[in-house]
Amino acid sequence: MHAIDIKLLRDFKRLWVQAIAIALVLACGVAVLLTSVGMYTALSETRTAYYERNRFADVFAQAIRAPTSLLGEIAQIDGVLGVEARIVGDTLLDIPGRDETAVGRVLSYPDTGRPLLNVPLLLEGRFPAPDHPDEVVVNEPFARANGFHPADSFSANLRGQKHALTIVGTALSPEFVYTIGPGALMPDNESFGIIWMSDRAAAAAFDMTGAFNTVSLSLAARVSPDPVIDQLNDLLEPYGGLGAYDRSTHTSDAFLDAEITQLRGMATVLPPIFFAISGFLVSMVMSRIVALERSEIGLLKAIGYSNTEVCLHYLMLAGLIAIVGVVIGWLAGAVLARSLALQYAEFFNFPFVIFQVSYRVYAAAGLAGVVTTSLGAASAALKAARLAPAIAMQPPAPPRFKRSIADRAMSAMHLSQPTIMILRSLLRWPLRSLLTSLGIALAVASVVSSFFINDALDEIVDLAFYQTNRQDAILLFAQDVPEIAVESARNLPGVLQAESQQFQAVILHSGHLTKRVAIEARRPGTDLSRVLDVDGVALSAPPGGIMLSIRLARQLNVQIGDTVQAEFLSGRRETYDLVVTNLVEQHFGLGAYMDLAYLNALIRQSPHLSTINITRDDRYSDDLHAAIKRLPRVTGIVEMNENRRAFEDTIKQNVVVLNTIYIVIAVLITVGVTYNAARIQLSERARELASLRILGFNRGEVSYILVGEMMLIAIIAQPIGWFIGAWIAAAMTNSFSSDLYSIPLVLKPATFATSSLVVLISAFGSVMVVRHRLDRLDLISVMKTRE
Amino acid sequence: MQLCQDQEPRVSDAIFRTKGITKVYKTGDVAVYALDGVDLDLYEGELTVLLGPSGSGKSTLLNILGGLDHATTGQVWFADTELTLMSDRELTKYRRDHVGFVFQFYNLVPSLTALENVQLVTDVSPNPMPAADALELVGLGKRMDHFPSEMSGGEQQRVAIARAIAKQPEILLCDEPTGALDSTTGVQVLEVLRDINERFGTTTVVITHNAEIQRMAHRVIFFQDGKISETRINETRLAPSEIVW
Ligand SMILES: Nc1ncnc2c1ncn2[C@@H]1O[C@H](COP(=O)(O)OP(=O)(O)OP(=O)(O)O)[C@@H](O)[C@H]1O
Ligand SMILES: [Mg+2]
Repeated sequence: MHAIDIKLLRDFKRLWVQAIAIALVLACGVAVLLTSVGMYTALSETRTAYYERNRFADVFAQAIRAPTSLLGEIAQIDGVLGVEARIVGDTLLDIPGRDETAVGRVLSYPDTGRPLLNVPLLLEGRFPAPDHPDEVVVNEPFARANGFHPADSFSANLRGQKHALTIVGTALSPEFVYTIGPGALMPDNESFGIIWMSDRAAAAAFDMTGAFNTVSLSLAARVSPDPVIDQLNDLLEPYGGLGAYDRSTHTSDAFLDAEITQLRGMATVLPPIFFAISGFLVSMVMSRIVALERSEIGLLKAIGYSNTEVCLHYLMLAGLIAIVGVVIGWLAGAVLARSLALQYAEFFNFPFVIFQVSYRVYAAAGLAGVVTTSLGAASAALKAARLAPAIAMQPPAPPRFKRSIADRAMSAMHLSQPTIMILRSLLRWPLRSLLTSLGIALAVASVVSSFFINDALDEIVDLAFYQTNRQDAILLFAQDVPEIAVESARNLPGVLQAESQQFQAVILHSGHLTKRVAIEARRPGTDLSRVLDVDGVALSAPPGGIMLSIRLARQLNVQIGDTVQAEFLSGRRETYDLVVTNLVEQHFGLGAYMDLAYLNALIRQSPHLSTINITRDDRYSDDLHAAIKRLPRVTGIVEMNENRRAFEDTIKQNVVVLNTIYIVIAVLITVGVTYNAARIQLSERARELASLRILGFNRGEVSYILVGEMMLIAIIAQPIGWFIGAWIAAAMTNSFSSDLYSIPLVLKPATFATSSLVVLISAFGSVMVVRHRLDRLDLISVMKTRE
Repeated sequence: MQLCQDQEPRVSDAIFRTKGITKVYKTGDVAVYALDGVDLDLYEGELTVLLGPSGSGKSTLLNILGGLDHATTGQVWFADTELTLMSDRELTKYRRDHVGFVFQFYNLVPSLTALENVQLVTDVSPNPMPAADALELVGLGKRMDHFPSEMSGGEQQRVAIARAIAKQPEILLCDEPTGALDSTTGVQVLEVLRDINERFGTTTVVITHNAEIQRMAHRVIFFQDGKISETRINETRLAPSEIVW
C-alpha cells in the first residue's frame, strides 16, 4: 500500500468518532431514500400487477335496478373493452359468538365461474357452486379477524329472513385493497366483510332476477374515462343510475393512491435535507483538517505530489466517510423498506407484494451520498490543491481581530473575559455559526414536524367523535325508507335518542369546477350528528342553502354567499341552485349539508331517511343488537366507539413509530452537528484554552468557553427550528390533504418544548463528551506543537 | 548566430544558473523585494552554504531553485532546462524527479512511521533507493517503525534527510536543517549531509544562520537585502565534527 494511502486510513481512524457522527446522518438520508422509494415502488408496482392480473375495472357505476338487456348497449360505448354486471348489496350479519352485528357486502359471483373484471383471488377452498345458494366465499381479512375457516358458517339477514351461509373459501379482490365499511372511518375487518355468493343466490336475496345494480367497465388503453362515464350515465339514468365514476373516485384505489403520493413526497423532501446536513458537516470538518495539515500539504507538494493527487487525497477522506454512511444506509434501508413494505401489504389487503428495490435505487442513493459529501469536501480539497507549496510551508497568517461595534458593546456590558471570547468567536465566523445553528434547527424541526401529528390527531378525534358525531351508533338501510322509521328506532330496546338523516348523491358545479359528493340532509337543530364552523359553533342549513366543508368549498372555489349548482344523481335527476350559507370545519371527507324538509320538498318526495343516528343505554346493547338483526330493512349498524377505536389503534400506532423514528433522526443530526462543531472548536482553540489553564483558570472556567459557545449556538437554533418545523408541518398538512381526509395544523407549546428538550439534551451530551477531551488536554504538548 | 550562443549560459558545468531573478511581495501598498536581482551559478557535486541575515531572501531563493515558487522576473536554468518557463505541472514533475528538500521543522507526517514517511517519496519518484536503505544511510535502521512523536528532533531531521535522499535526487536543498537542533545533533545531521554529498555527488545547498558551518562548504554565498553580497570558495574544508558551534 502506498504511504499516502496509509496516511489516509490512519487519519480516518483518528477521526472515526467524527466520521461516524457524520456517516450516521448520511445513512439516514440513504435509508430514508431507499425506504420511501422502495415502498413507493413496492406499492405502485404491486398495485399495477394486482390490478392487471385480476382485471380491476376502470369505470364503475351503481343503479337502483337495471335490466341485464342494457349490458349490450353499454358494451357498445366507444372504448369499452369489457362489461360486467353484478348484484351488490349490504346486509346485517350475525356472527356466532359475537354480540354486535357485522355488516356484509354481498357481491354476486357469475354462475359461469369466470368473472371478467375485478376477479377475486381465491386463497383457500373454492368458489360457491351456482346451485348451492348457501355457499359463500368471504374476504380473507374478515375470515381471519373472526377466526373463520372453510366449512364455518354464519347467518345473514336477507330479505328480512335469517339465512345460514357456509364459507367455502376465502379470497382477496383488487376492489378491496383498502376495505372500509359503510359509514366507517377506518378499516375494521371484524365488523365488515365481503361476501361472494352465486349470482342466482344474490339475485334471489336482493330480488334482482334478470337485473343488476352495479356495473364495471374496462377500457381500451389510452381511452379517457370521461366520455364513457357520460354515455354510461345516460344509459343508466332511467334505471336510477347514481353517477358513474372512474378509479380516482373508487374508495379503495383513492386511499392507495393517497398513500403512494405521500411516499413519493417523502422520497423527494426528506433525503435532500439529510444529504445537505452531511455535506455541511463534511465541509466543516474537512476545512479544519486542511487548515491543520497545511504544512503537510506543502510537504507533499514539495516532494513531488501533484495538486490533483493532494486534492484527491482529501476527497478520499470524505469518500471514506461517505462509504461508511452509504453502507450503513443501505443496510438500514434494506431492512426498513422490507419490513415496512410487508406492514403495508398487511394494512392494504394485497395477496402478494412485489418488493424489489432495484440495484439502480441503491446505486442512486449511494451516488447521492458520495456526491453530496464530495461537494461538501470540494472547497476544502480545492483549497488544498491550490495552496502554493512555498506558502503552505509558512505558518498561516494569524486571524485578524478588529475592534468592532460589537466589541465596544461587549466591553460596555462588563462581560467576563470567557464570555467575550465566546461571543467574539461566534461573530468571527458568522457563516459557520449560522450553518451550525441551522443544522441543529433542522433537528428541532424534525421533531416538531412529527410530533404535531399527535395533537392534530387528538383534534381530529375530538372534532369527529366528540364534537360532531355524538351518536353511539348509526343504523344503515338498503334504500331510503319513510322518515317514520325514526319512530320505530326510538322504540328499540335501550335507544335514548334517534335522529334521521338522508344522503343524496349529487354532482356540485361551480363554473367549470365539479365535484361528486353526497349531500347529508338533517332536521334543524339535530343534536347527535352536528356540523360546526371553524369557531365550533353548531350550524343548521337554512332552507334554500347548502353548507360545505372548507376543503370542498376550496375545491369548488366558492365562498359564503356564492351559488353552486347541485345535479342530483337519483330520482328526477334535476339540477338546482343552492346558496352556500356556511363553511364547515371537518377533517374526514368532503361534506355538504342541507335541510331535510327543504330537500324533500325540492326533489318532491315524501319525508325519507337513509340512516338513523341513535344514542343508547349500554345496558341494553345486546338486546338492541338482537332487535336490529330482526329488522328487515336495516343493512348495517355502525358502532362509533369501534370506529374510534379502530382509528386510534391504527393511526396512533403508526404515529408512535413515526415519532420514534424522527426522534432518532433528530438525535443523530444533533450529535453529528454538535460533536463535530465542538471538536473543531477544541482543535482551533486548544492553544488558547491551554494558555488560559496555564494562566490559572480552572477546568470549569475553561470548558465554559467551549460548552458555552456550543450551547449558545444550540439555543439560537431553537426558534429557527420551531419556525422551520412549523413550516414543514404546514407543508405536510397541505400535501396530506386529500378528498378523503385532511390533517389540521395544530401547534402546541408542548410540541416545541419537547423538540427543544430532545435536541438540547443531545447537544449538551455531545459537547460534554468533547469537554472530557478538553479536561484531559496535555497542556505542555499543546503549547509545544506549532500551528 | 555566434553572438547568440555566446549569450547562452555555459550549460556544461553549472547545474543551476540564475539571471536577474527578483521576487516581489505586494502587501497592501508596499512592495517587498525578497529577491532583488540575483545572478548565481551552482556547480554539480558542490556543497554550497547560503548565509545571510534574517529576511535577506535565502529561503525565497531556495524555494525558487526547488521549483516551489515562481520568480517575479528573471530566469533560472536547471542544467539546460529553463525553470522559469515551466508550468505548475512541469514544476511538480521537476521536484518529483530531481529535487530533495530538507526543512527546518522536519515536516514529517505525524501519522506515518519513519519508514512510511520515506516511502511517501519513493512511491512517486522514478528511480528511488529502497526506503529502508535511506534510513540506514542516516543511521536510523533500527527506528524505522517509530512515529515522529516517538523520536527526538535530531532523529526526525535525519528521517527528513533520508526522505530527501531516498529518491536519489540530483539536488538536495536544505533550509536551516540544523536550526532546531543542539550542536551535537546538528553535527550529526551535517555529517549525514556531507556524507551524501561525497558519496553520491549530490549537489547540495544548505541555508544556515550558523556562520561556522560555511567552513565545510565548497562554496559560500552571502546574502544581503535580496542580493548576493559576496561569494567565497573554500580551498580547504573542515569536517563537521571539527566545526565549533
Ligand atoms: N508570503 C510572503 N508575503 C510577503 N512577504 C514575504 C512572504 N514570504 C517572504 N516574504 C518577505 O520576503 C523577504 C525574504 O524572506 P525569506 O523568507 O526569503 O528570508 P530568509 O532570508 O529566509 O529569512 P530567515 O533567515 O528569517 O528565514 C522577507 O522580508 C519576508 O518578509
Ligand atoms: Mg528562511
